[in-house]
Amino acid sequence: MDSGQLFNITTIGYFAAMILFFAYIATKSNTVAFVATLVTFVGFLANTAALGMRWYESYQILGEDGRAPLTNLYESVVFFAWTIVLIYLLLDLKYKQRAVGAFVMPFALFSMLGAQMWLNAGIDPLVPALQSNWLTYHVITCFLGYAAFAVACGVSIMYLIKIGKEEKHSGDQPMGGILGIFPSCRILDDINYRAIMIGFPLLTLGIITGAAWANYAWGTYWSWDPKETWSLIVWFMYAAFLHARFTRGWIGRRAAWLSIFGFAATIFCYLGVNLVLSGLHSYGGA
Amino acid sequence: MQETNNTPATNESHADKIWDFFCSLKLTIIILLLLALTSIIGTVIQQNAPAAEYIREYGEANYKLFTTLQFTDMYHSWWFVGLLALFSINLICCSIKHFPRVWKFVKEPTLIPSPGMLKGAANRLEMSSNESRQQLTSRLSAFLKKEFTAATESEADGKTYLFAQKGIYSRFGAYTTHLSILVIMAGALVGNFFGYKAYVNIVEGTSTSQVWSRNGQAPIDLGFTVRCDDFDVSYYPNSNRPKDYNSDLVVLENGQEILRKRIEVNDPLSYKGITFYQSSYGPAGTGFFKVKVTENATGKVTNINARMGQHTKLPGGSAFAIDDFADNGRFGPAARIHVDSPDGRHGTPFMVLKNYPDFDVRRGGKFSFTLVSYEQPQFTGLQVAKDPGVEIVWLGCTLMVFGSLIAFFMSHKRIWVCLEEDGGKTKVTVAANAHRNQAGFSLAFDDLKQKLEAEIENKSQVKEG
Ligand code: HEM
Repeated sequence: MDSGQLFNITTIGYFAAMILFFAYIATKSNTVAFVATLVTFVGFLANTAALGMRWYESYQILGEDGRAPLTNLYESVVFFAWTIVLIYLLLDLKYKQRAVGAFVMPFALFSMLGAQMWLNAGIDPLVPALQSNWLTYHVITCFLGYAAFAVACGVSIMYLIKIGKEEKHSGDQPMGGILGIFPSCRILDDINYRAIMIGFPLLTLGIITGAAWANYAWGTYWSWDPKETWSLIVWFMYAAFLHARFTRGWIGRRAAWLSIFGFAATIFCYLGVNLVLSGLHSYGGA
Repeated sequence: MQETNNTPATNESHADKIWDFFCSLKLTIIILLLLALTSIIGTVIQQNAPAAEYIREYGEANYKLFTTLQFTDMYHSWWFVGLLALFSINLICCSIKHFPRVWKFVKEPTLIPSPGMLKGAANRLEMSSNESRQQLTSRLSAFLKKEFTAATESEADGKTYLFAQKGIYSRFGAYTTHLSILVIMAGALVGNFFGYKAYVNIVEGTSTSQVWSRNGQAPIDLGFTVRCDDFDVSYYPNSNRPKDYNSDLVVLENGQEILRKRIEVNDPLSYKGITFYQSSYGPAGTGFFKVKVTENATGKVTNINARMGQHTKLPGGSAFAIDDFADNGRFGPAARIHVDSPDGRHGTPFMVLKNYPDFDVRRGGKFSFTLVSYEQPQFTGLQVAKDPGVEIVWLGCTLMVFGSLIAFFMSHKRIWVCLEEDGGKTKVTVAANAHRNQAGFSLAFDDLKQKLEAEIENKSQVKEG
């Protein structure tokens, strides 16, 4: 089986998982939730295997110039899907709030679909500037950070949906209907915060490894190119989020909105800069 | 008139207000968001481009506005640097304000909690035991040492107190992180003032002891000489994508060879704090050809080194010159040559192919030519950087990573035990808290509580029985 087929299985798996999570919200059946989580896990294994296979294929195609599959936009997007599901599964171990899957899996699914529909999946040799181990460390840390922010964003959307209805809902009875299956607002708020607390140090590391690499390749650790600047913008936003929370008690709605804006900035940093702006990082622009 | 009425007290309150302004966390959040917002400008408007380009794209009036607001080099503009300065002042003031409180945690741990702390603690336990106070104290002390960490014992008002704490250092996580930001900024300033960014092109086989500053000022003397012995590009098989390019660099001082290294992209050469990065390359001047000329009548062979366009004499008074060279066709490197007759008349040009050395014999002229080699000298383009601040920046980055991990994921956990005699029994009150991740600590405390209950009851039963 080649990596392309494995990526297809991954996409199908994530699609099925997403539908099952929706079904869980509709049916509230714990069995469905369990199957959805299982399918997510299977998709994740396929995703892992596909990345491994692509790594192996790069050696078959390029001989000794093979490399970890983290070097162009296609590879980064399928890796992004992998990191989102990884962070989701780790948080699921702790919180076991299955409804969250319905709001996180779409991010992973859209990444996979986007990569497979629009991006060039060719395995090309690397230009000299990208031949560095720093590239690997840089991509891994950045994307784990982005993935944590994606989970935080999904949970924040749930929060805003739920809190709106909860405030209209009166009486002591637990909420019925679809929202009844959502985790409580307190837990959603907590997951939002936890995910950002995981993502922020990873983003910090991502920026630092990027700076180290730039210094090693070009002799400047910081040149205010658009990608660097946007990563700093994202960093400032989440730093503001954390400080607002630590010391001024910004929780709930405001925290949720800040998390959503933060993720919008993250996505712009990742894709918008390549597609809209230009700069040193245009390797992903193809 | 108002001023004269100012009492020292209101003066002080003005100072206080200014101080509070710089210490406020609201200011921090506003600055962080302002930095995020304003940074966008420089990613949309191209930085440090020639004036003509801005005028073409945005018009004259907007360009004037841009220069007034320094949008064309905004990350070095007075207002952006001012924002960064404010950011640092805010950070320093906040730390000065709050540090003594944290330092007090270390210097004067709360060995004896107030009754309110005991009663109001988020995690607590109250029990009675038949054991004597001394006995229970020593046993609980041993218990804490085993299950948590060694405790300090103190006496007050006829009560015994045990105090144990873990992770006091985590109180410093935020300060370490904040300090790291200042360290990074200091490193950047050192680099700015005492370092430079420059570039230099060195033609293969030549050397230089000067480099050109990137902001276009006078050349900078290196204080030593760098020679490029050789430059090479290698390509991926069957493609024209460069795989590697590298230069053999030699550092010379007073004519003495000091250091020699083959640099490539992502693998620079450093000497005396100055680093040379492979960044580009290109052709330098005209190349020279090695040509083998055979006089067909005699079979006599002459090897000639020739430059493009230059006429070289041949036996019998004629001459030849190379007009053109290409290396992109299906047939490989090809030179176009013409032969002048002895009276100076131009002959018809013909092609000589390096990969087909015997081909030209068939032309049937007086001489046949073979192209042995063509060498195009290259220059290697180097970025040159001197940055004495970079180590400081890396130190700051390391501090930031560890500081933020500590700030987010570690917490200062404290446990107090109060033992007092209460009608022939010993009353035990346990209180505990953590300054972060309270939920996680509560779980751990519930676990400890069960063990503690078992410990206290167990022994009492043994004693009773
Ligand atoms: C990696 C980045 C950062 C981390 C991990 C971090 C962490 C923290 C933490 C944990 C606190 C709470 C302190 C406490 O309650 O004991 C705090 C407070 C604070 N932070 Fe940051 N911070 C970071 C960056 C910044 C930046 C960039 C600024 C900008 C000026 C800043 C300014 C402040 C201020 C003014 C306070 C309140 C003062 C205090 O409580 O001591 N921090 N930070």
